[in-house]
Amino acid sequence: MKPAPFEYVRIDHPDELSALLTEHGPEAAVLAGGQSLMPILNLRLRRPRVLLDLSRCRALHDLTPTSGGLQIGAAVTQATVLSWPRLAHQVPLLALALPHVGNPQIRSRGTLCGSLAHAHPQAELPLCLAALDGEIVLRSQRGERRIAAADFFIAAQKTACRPDEYIAQAHIPCQSIDEGSAFLEVAVRVTGQAQVACAAIAGPHRLRLAVLAGQATPQVHDYPLLPEADLRDQLDIIARSLALSCASADDDAYRRQLVVSLGLNALKQAQRARDRRAAVDAQIMEHRR
Amino acid sequence: MSERASRFGPSAGTRVEDAALLCGRGQFADDLGCKPGTLHAAILRSSHAHARLRGVDVSAAERAVGVRAVLTADDVTRWSRPLLAALRVPVLQPVLAKDAVHYVGEPLAVVLAENRYLAEDALEAIRVEYEPLPPVLDIAQALTLDGPRAHADLAQNIVSDRSYCYGDPDAALAAASHRVRLQIAYPRNTATPLECGVVVAEHFPDGNGGHGAYEVMSNFTGPMSLHAVMAMALQVPESHLRLRFPRDVGGSFGTKQSLFSAIVLLCLAARKAGAPVKWVEDRREHMTAATSATARRSHIEAAVQDDGRIAALSFDQIDDVGAYLRAPEPATFYRMHGCLTGAYAIQHLRVRNRVVLTNKTPTGLVRGFGGPQVYFALERLVQRIAVQLGLDPLDVYRRNFIAKDAFPYRAAAGALIDSGDYAATLAVALQAADITALRDRQRQARSEGRLYGIGFAAVVEPSISNMGYVTAALTAEQRAHAGPKQGALAAATVQIDPLGGITVGIDSMPAGQGHRTVCAQRVAAVFGLAPGDIVVNSELDTQKDAWSIAAGNYSCRFAGAVAGAVQIAAQRLRDRVAQHCADLLGCAPQDVVFAAGSLHARGQPEHILPLARVLSGPHWAPALSTEAGPPPLRETVFFTPETLHAPSSDDRVNASATYGFVFDLCALEIDRTTGRVYIDRYVTAHDAGRLLHPALADGQVRGGFAQALGAALSEELRYDGQGRFASQTLSDYLLPTCLDVPAPIIVHTQTPSPFTPLGAKGIGEGNSMSTPVCIANAVADALSSLPQSEHCQDLRLPLTPATVLALVAGGQGQAATGTVAVQTGKIR
Amino acid sequence: MKRWKQSELVPVQVELNGVQRRGLCEPRVLLSDFLRDTLGATGTHVGCETGECGACTIRVDGVAQRSCLTLAVQADGRCIETVEGLAQADGSLCELQHALRERFALQCGFCIPGILMTCAEMLKRRPLPEDEQIPGLLAGHLCRCTGYTDLLAAVRHTVAEVRRREAAHPASAPSVGVHDA
Repeated sequence: MKPAPFEYVRIDHPDELSALLTEHGPEAAVLAGGQSLMPILNLRLRRPRVLLDLSRCRALHDLTPTSGGLQIGAAVTQATVLSWPRLAHQVPLLALALPHVGNPQIRSRGTLCGSLAHAHPQAELPLCLAALDGEIVLRSQRGERRIAAADFFIAAQKTACRPDEYIAQAHIPCQSIDEGSAFLEVAVRVTGQAQVACAAIAGPHRLRLAVLAGQATPQVHDYPLLPEADLRDQLDIIARSLALSCASADDDAYRRQLVVSLGLNALKQAQRARDRRAAVDAQIMEHRR
Repeated sequence: MSERASRFGPSAGTRVEDAALLCGRGQFADDLGCKPGTLHAAILRSSHAHARLRGVDVSAAERAVGVRAVLTADDVTRWSRPLLAALRVPVLQPVLAKDAVHYVGEPLAVVLAENRYLAEDALEAIRVEYEPLPPVLDIAQALTLDGPRAHADLAQNIVSDRSYCYGDPDAALAAASHRVRLQIAYPRNTATPLECGVVVAEHFPDGNGGHGAYEVMSNFTGPMSLHAVMAMALQVPESHLRLRFPRDVGGSFGTKQSLFSAIVLLCLAARKAGAPVKWVEDRREHMTAATSATARRSHIEAAVQDDGRIAALSFDQIDDVGAYLRAPEPATFYRMHGCLTGAYAIQHLRVRNRVVLTNKTPTGLVRGFGGPQVYFALERLVQRIAVQLGLDPLDVYRRNFIAKDAFPYRAAAGALIDSGDYAATLAVALQAADITALRDRQRQARSEGRLYGIGFAAVVEPSISNMGYVTAALTAEQRAHAGPKQGALAAATVQIDPLGGITVGIDSMPAGQGHRTVCAQRVAAVFGLAPGDIVVNSELDTQKDAWSIAAGNYSCRFAGAVAGAVQIAAQRLRDRVAQHCADLLGCAPQDVVFAAGSLHARGQPEHILPLARVLSGPHWAPALSTEAGPPPLRETVFFTPETLHAPSSDDRVNASATYGFVFDLCALEIDRTTGRVYIDRYVTAHDAGRLLHPALADGQVRGGFAQALGAALSEELRYDGQGRFASQTLSDYLLPTCLDVPAPIIVHTQTPSPFTPLGAKGIGEGNSMSTPVCIANAVADALSSLPQSEHCQDLRLPLTPATVLALVAGGQGQAATGTVAVQTGKIR
Repeated sequence: MKRWKQSELVPVQVELNGVQRRGLCEPRVLLSDFLRDTLGATGTHVGCETGECGACTIRVDGVAQRSCLTLAVQADGRCIETVEGLAQADGSLCELQHALRERFALQCGFCIPGILMTCAEMLKRRPLPEDEQIPGLLAGHLCRCTGYTDLLAAVRHTVAEVRRREAAHPASAPSVGVHDA
């Protein structure tokens, strides 16, 4: 299990990356943290002619809070995002989901953008980006374009990123202070690949559930504040409509079943979190008064 | 610094192996240097489960950068014979497929290049033309009369079909007030050591009728009966196939037995290349093509009296051994044959054993070898007996156990079970578990609608394999024709160097169990030294060291046999030393006392001789001591248990020298939302005879438990509908992490074995046998509170959350597929 | 920008356990192979080459990570710590290694080099992890021999010792339970 030969380029400046992608297109692969790409190279499931390593490109290492959210550069590791002190406050869903990604050593190298680029149907970060209405900045010599998560993930391991483009940044909007979040995941093994994961966001007037259950791309569903029985009906509809192709019928059935129960639990947890947050805010207001 | 250093020195009893391993100074097979010019091998493997080979074109690979040679099936045919099997079978395994491939991962060619990267590049230049054939993918399909054959020219997939009868099972079954039946399956799984296989081989062409000689270094761990198979395949006398072993092996759990075919392959590759070659198995190769536990389908039936006493058992077992009957198969059956009646006094037994070939990886040794398959059926049956008769399972156990005054007990099929007090071990387990409190907790949980279960398993754990047991697969006439095979030799050497140092050599090929620590302790005690004074070398060399066909790391032969041989060798050498120095001390040899690095006559501790000086004496002045026999410099002992005979003419076989006992208890809860199993308490009670090193014994139990937990809950070697292998990496084959493994409560009773020198028995395999079925019994018990629990008795391993939730749905009377509303349970 | 052709032999220089080391390798060579085969540091073991098992974990600039998922060329100029650098200068075991030996926390020892490097990183964290966090930090390491119980006990013991010492002598330099390269 050794990679096939490739030409290696250590990128120092983003412009070099764009130029080389224009030159090599589909024959190039972008290496950031390598935690998804390197196993694929070792197994020779991909054999790029040129490997473009952006991990030392300073300009892509920025984790920048913006007015409405968080701007995460291509080389920012998952560990860096997780250790950003305001994460739990500003994007609580991501703070809940990131500990489910890989393991500590993988997160130390793996980048958030790399996971999005890889677009594995069972990965947590694409799900979160979709749930959070995040956006991706794709850059090439032709310029930059911003694309919504919903349009970015096209199929399993297939994204809207063109051969001459790379993910320069991910934009994750801050969650509103009156929202509660929950992230629940079930895997055969505690740290294994998710069979089903549910990201839930509960606002004062709406509920959102993003579901990963083995289908090709993350699915996001919005609901008004419905009673539990109605939510269950809605989740049953999602579960039935999932396009799955698991190894066994049992596994398919299991995922559909879990979408309902885990989804409901996630929505309930998110609403409780929202209510707790509101109660804390009320206390603070009270205190200030 | 010196104060700090002493603070961190080893305490008594710690392992002699650890300092090097903790500092990165291990000597694993891939850490050892190679000769200059050694080439690196990569193996081209079949991507098809079953296909005719229309052509394998290696010409481009031969021209690839850095490639020195490519070994093909033609070379293999020219220079070797197929691997011999334990039975006469219509197809033998060649080390490279020639006309057809029969499992995914079967070797097709070997590239020898300057490094592994280049070798893998060249693999991609080999053109293989396959003509796919229908594969045989499971036991049911293998049995169909008009279905596909695993090899196109086979008349049938069954390659062995033997029936056995002990006592009068038919009468007992006919007369029984209850007959309890179960049909059950055990899946393919494996032990997955962290270190994969390594083979370094070299060919010396001169002599021996053109075949020359071979030298190999490998982390193969025996049994060394396979050395003969390798030598015969290579067409050389065994003396011309020299095997050497590294000091450290990164786990085996039996699986490194399967390396013997790779050793033959790499020997031939070295011959082709005219240079030493090295192959390091990668994880994908290991998962795909190394080995697997034998998959089994069993029909088991018991004749049971009203009080739960079992009068007779009937087994109808079918083993899937994969594409070839690779030695030592069908040993998965016959290792357990003599003790098929488990921990119970049952004298009527009927057995039918069939072996089928399928288009999957050949099977072999995996921790527990044979035991997990037998006990998954037998102990599930005991649970079913309790349920069906409305009895407390503990009463079923107590009423059927072999009585403590019946040992040594001759089981129906021939096992001579050496010692034990099963009821006492069960009592110790229940006490450790606080069974009364657990049952209260279960009642409470059930009253809240939760699925809480308690399961048990009782297991007789054989150790020290009888080298003749697999011949029980032959008929008595065939055995008579082949000549008797029996015994289980263990070899140990203790020798003295010219400055009086002591070195010990053993044939147990340790893979992490701490054999060197235990041997150092035993020998040190005999000579009145500290364990740190003794060097133990486990790097067996077949041309220099004492070994036999039984050598190797399997069947937990160390504690009972090898440590015993070491003890005998050390005592003999000490006695000979005493003979030589008795005059100097003015006492009888038996009154020479060895203590604290010196010698004295009993009762005269003030007059001492330094031990090192006495021990070294014969090196420097051998003529001084000839009257007392040859110079006491070296003692080699071959020990074999006296109770291991060849199978009798009526097919009874004592397949192992000792039989430990394990009683397990598991209390668990099923999460009704996710189907995940949460273990609340796990107690494992062991009687492994005398424990030589309790901390190391507990380590074996904990490790065995963790592996068995994986087998119970997450691990399976999976194939898809076309026979493509679906568990190639460790993200597909899920080993438990530290978040998945609870700490079991371990308790011991000790009834020494009368048949081993130190009274010790094996302890490393019991949990592989007891834990999967104990967990399954607990899951069955948890499901029993569901309204239609009869619908969820067909427990298949692994009990993944999906499998368990489907069972819960079945127990609730719902279809197992489609979406259902799930009652939300408590998630911890 | 640095650009290396596919079969070019690239000079790679690292500080390995405090010593400057150099070697040549193709761009595609894994750091695990470079350490073992080129630099002779065979203490780091390779168990899966897909990042699952953790045996090959080393520290690069202090961060524990998989050497099988890193190219040697990526490590050029970095500071690398491996299991060979953990013992004290006089060769005796560090506190963490000692705790593992005392508690029979290893058997075959093949996974241990990686586990030690993750623990070494853990012991430098401040605040030190709580007992219940430790399994999560070690969940990226597979051990097939021990069932983890004794390993977790040894690591918890070492963390507790360091915490106890620091509480007793808050002013002194942090003691980390591992030798600093």
